[in-house]
Formats: sequence, C-alpha cells, structure tokens
Amino acid sequence: MGALLQVADLHAWYGESHVLHGVDMTVGEGETITILGRNGVGKTTTLRTIMGIIRARKGEIRFAGRDMLSVPLHRTAHAGIGFVPEERGIFASLTVEENLTLPPVVADGGMPLEEIYDLFPNLLERRASQGTKLSGGEQQMLAMARILRTGVRLLILDEPTEGLAPVIVQRIGEVLQKLKARGMTILLVEQNFRFASRIADRFYLMEHGRMVADFPVAELPDRMTTLNKVLGV
Amino acid sequence: MTTIFGIPLAAFLGQLLIGLINGSFYAMLSLGLAVIFGLLRVINFAHGAQYMLGAFVALLLLQYLGVDYWLALAIAPLVVGLFGALVERTMLSRLYDLDPLYGLLFTFGLALTIEGTFRYLYGAAGQPYSVPPALSGGTNLGFMFLPNYRGWVVAVSLVTCLGTWLLIEKTKLGAYLRAATENTVLVQAFGINVPLLLTLTYGFGAALAAFAGVLAAPIYQVSPLMGTNLIIVVFAVVVVGGMGSILGAIVTGYMLGIAEGLTKVFYPEASNIVIFVIMAIVLLLRPAGLFGKDA
Repeated sequence: MGALLQVADLHAWYGESHVLHGVDMTVGEGETITILGRNGVGKTTTLRTIMGIIRARKGEIRFAGRDMLSVPLHRTAHAGIGFVPEERGIFASLTVEENLTLPPVVADGGMPLEEIYDLFPNLLERRASQGTKLSGGEQQMLAMARILRTGVRLLILDEPTEGLAPVIVQRIGEVLQKLKARGMTILLVEQNFRFASRIADRFYLMEHGRMVADFPVAELPDRMTTLNKVLGV
Repeated sequence: MTTIFGIPLAAFLGQLLIGLINGSFYAMLSLGLAVIFGLLRVINFAHGAQYMLGAFVALLLLQYLGVDYWLALAIAPLVVGLFGALVERTMLSRLYDLDPLYGLLFTFGLALTIEGTFRYLYGAAGQPYSVPPALSGGTNLGFMFLPNYRGWVVAVSLVTCLGTWLLIEKTKLGAYLRAATENTVLVQAFGINVPLLLTLTYGFGAALAAFAGVLAAPIYQVSPLMGTNLIIVVFAVVVVGGMGSILGAIVTGYMLGIAEGLTKVFYPEASNIVIFVIMAIVLLLRPAGLFGKDA
C-alpha cells in the first residue's frame, strides 16, 4: 500500500509552547487510521498541523508526494485533504444547504448532492433551516457530508462521536464504512474505542506530543490492558 | 391649506423628503461600513474620504476629460474600489493580527492624508457639480414639488441597498462572506481564498462609498471635507443598527434620516443632535444595537 500521507519528525508550537515533539506517521491510500491518546497529548494539534491551520511547524508533511509545509491554508483542501473539526464548525448565518455546498469541489469523484441527501435524508428535509438549528448529531452529519461533496482523497475527522447518542454514533460508523468502501482514506482522532475498533485498520498511540506505538486492529484485543492503563479509561 | 399636527403639509412632506435623501446616503455608507466591519473587523474611518474621493473623481473626470455623470457613476466607484483594494493588500492586511485599534488608527490616518491632500490641491471650498440634463427639473406630485434628481437618488439608493443585501444573503459569494465572518480559519481550510475575499470586500466597501459620493455630487457641493461631516453621523447609524448588521445598517440609515428630517419640522433646534440622542438611548437600552446579535 503506497503512503498517501507521510509525516516525519513533525514539530508544532502554540506561541512559545512546543506541543508536537517529532510526530512520525504514515497513512496508506485507502487506509483508516485512528489516533488514540489521553487528553492534551497533541492529537487534535496533530490534525490541525497536518491541515496547515497551525502554521508554526517544522518537519515533513507529504501528501501524495507533495511537500505540504509551504502550501497556504486555503490551498490544502485543493491538494485533496478535507477537515471535519471537533467543534463541527456549522455556520449559524448559513442554511443547511448553504453549509453543505460551501466548501468548493476540489476534484472529481466527490459525492453528488442527491447521493448525499440519500445518505442523510434529515439534511434534505431540513435544508432550508439555519445550520445551527440542527441537533448535535445532525450537525456532525452535515459537517461530514459537506466534505464528501468536495472530492478530497483524505478525510480528517476530529472526535466525530464526541457527545453524541449511541444511535447517532452507530449511524456515523455506517457512513464511515460506506466511505471506506468507496476507497476514501480516513484519519481520525477518537476516544470511543469500540467505535474506532469497528472502522479503523490501524492505530497510533500518542503520548507527550509524539507517536509511541503503531499497531493493526487485529492486535487491539491483546493490547487492551496496556491501552486502558495508558489512556486511563 | 392642509396641515398635519399644526404644520403645513407641504413643509412636512418637504422635510420628510430631505430626510429620506439624507437617509439614502446614511444607508449606503453605513452599509459599506457594516460589510467591512463584519468581515475584516476593521472600523473603516477612511469611509468618508472614500465617499469624497468618489465625488472628486467624478468632478475631475468632467473637468479634465469631459466624462459625463453617467459614465462617472461607473468609473469613479471602480477607481476608488481599486484604490481601496490596493490599500488593503499593501497596508491594511498587515494589521489583521494586531489589536483592532491599529486598523482604526490606520484608516483614520489614511482619511486625514487623503483629505489633507485634496484640501492642499483643491482648497476647502466646495465646487458645484451640475445635475445631469436628463434628471434636471422636477415633478409636481400634487402635494409637493419633487426635484427629479432627488427622486433618482432615493430610488438608486434603495436598489443599491437591496442589491447588496441580496448579494450577501442569497449568493454563493455572500455565503462565503457570511461564513468567513463567523469562522475565517475553517473557511480557509475548506479551500476558499479568504485573503482575496478580504481584499474584494474592502474594495467593494470603498466602491460603494464612492458610488454614494458621485450620487451626492450634484446635491451637496464637492469638497474635500464633505465626507468628514457625514461620517460621524454614519458611525452613529452603524452603532444604532448594530455593528456588522447589514440589514440593521440599511433600515437604520433610512430611519434616522427621516427622524432627522422630521425633527427639523417639529423642533428644528434639535435636528443636529437627534441622531446622537437616539444613539445614546439605544446604547443604554440595547448595547448591541437594534439589529445586533451580541453586545
């Protein structure tokens, strides 16, 4: 499997504070990767640094062979990376449909609007409502749906199941399965083990701003005890 | 003669019309300020100077190149808009990461520089700009005599305000603008060139001010200080409407223009301060402004 995303010795800073201390990771084409770790170890920061939202960074980020460090934030999506932030980022001053069609289509192969509405019938029903009037689960669906339209090759999700009811979590799992089947490469941060174990091919474990372990999903059962201790769950 | 509250109807309607015309300029100018503030978070003190530039470009086009009013109405906003875009790109954009106060100070300095330059070159006295022949004369409405040009200004201002509102609320570009106002970083992460959007927005705001300036040229005299006198009132309008609220700026612009006109009829002594009294009351009761979302 060729690496779609290659991160090597990545450092990042928030002002004076050094938060990523040499992150190494690879994401293969079509793979689904989950980053695990306690709160504050730098999981979200890793995602935001790869996206280029955090600009105080050093090291190497290659996406489809291209050096991403010099790419300005507004060109990252055009390179083929889509981002679903932890806070979901639904715009209050836009309707559901405006939210959905906001991100420009960057490549062929994105999901047509009709197919998105088939996948998320709630969004069709409420397409004229204000974006933030949707429930938390619907907002998460919307945040994912609007990236699917754009034709990006790598989908980055930050805690997609956070704060959502089990039935919604299951629904999000189904959507991600469908995306996997379409060949989408997915990189996510997730606290919910059971959820992650259903969709991920491989895990990275993060501590103190770097990756400390990397294992396939098959090894998850054997590692549960250690993981529980490390993650403090 | 018909009277209303003891005032002759003709005088009442006359002041109402003057109020509506002033309101047309308040609305167009505060609209530009609101659009700029909404996205750039810059309080554009140069707005009055950009309005003045619009009128001056029209005047100079006529004097030196014989370009008439109608062509000037298109060229002047374009020239001033490009100038605004250039200023944003080369100077204003460097201040975004700093305290908002720097943007205010910069545009204030810019206004002083532009106005000072024009005062040096053309003197402080106003210069007349004649009403285009097609709009000279007036129409007898039965109850009053309406100068055609003033009717034209009110109509154009309404169309401009409505058009801008539709552009922001109903188009894709407007959706980018609204989204970027809420969360600039995320909109950029979606692949939208926000720095370009900021430049376009500032240029558009400046062009809108210049457009109002050309419209104003035949009514008020063209003078380097014509913007200074107006901009303070326009800031009061924006504050009353709610900083950054597009609809608030439009509605409040007309409303306060009319309030000012009517005060001239009923209590002329207060007409110069009525807008500021309303501003003080609104700030006391609704600090976010009539249409503002948060304080």
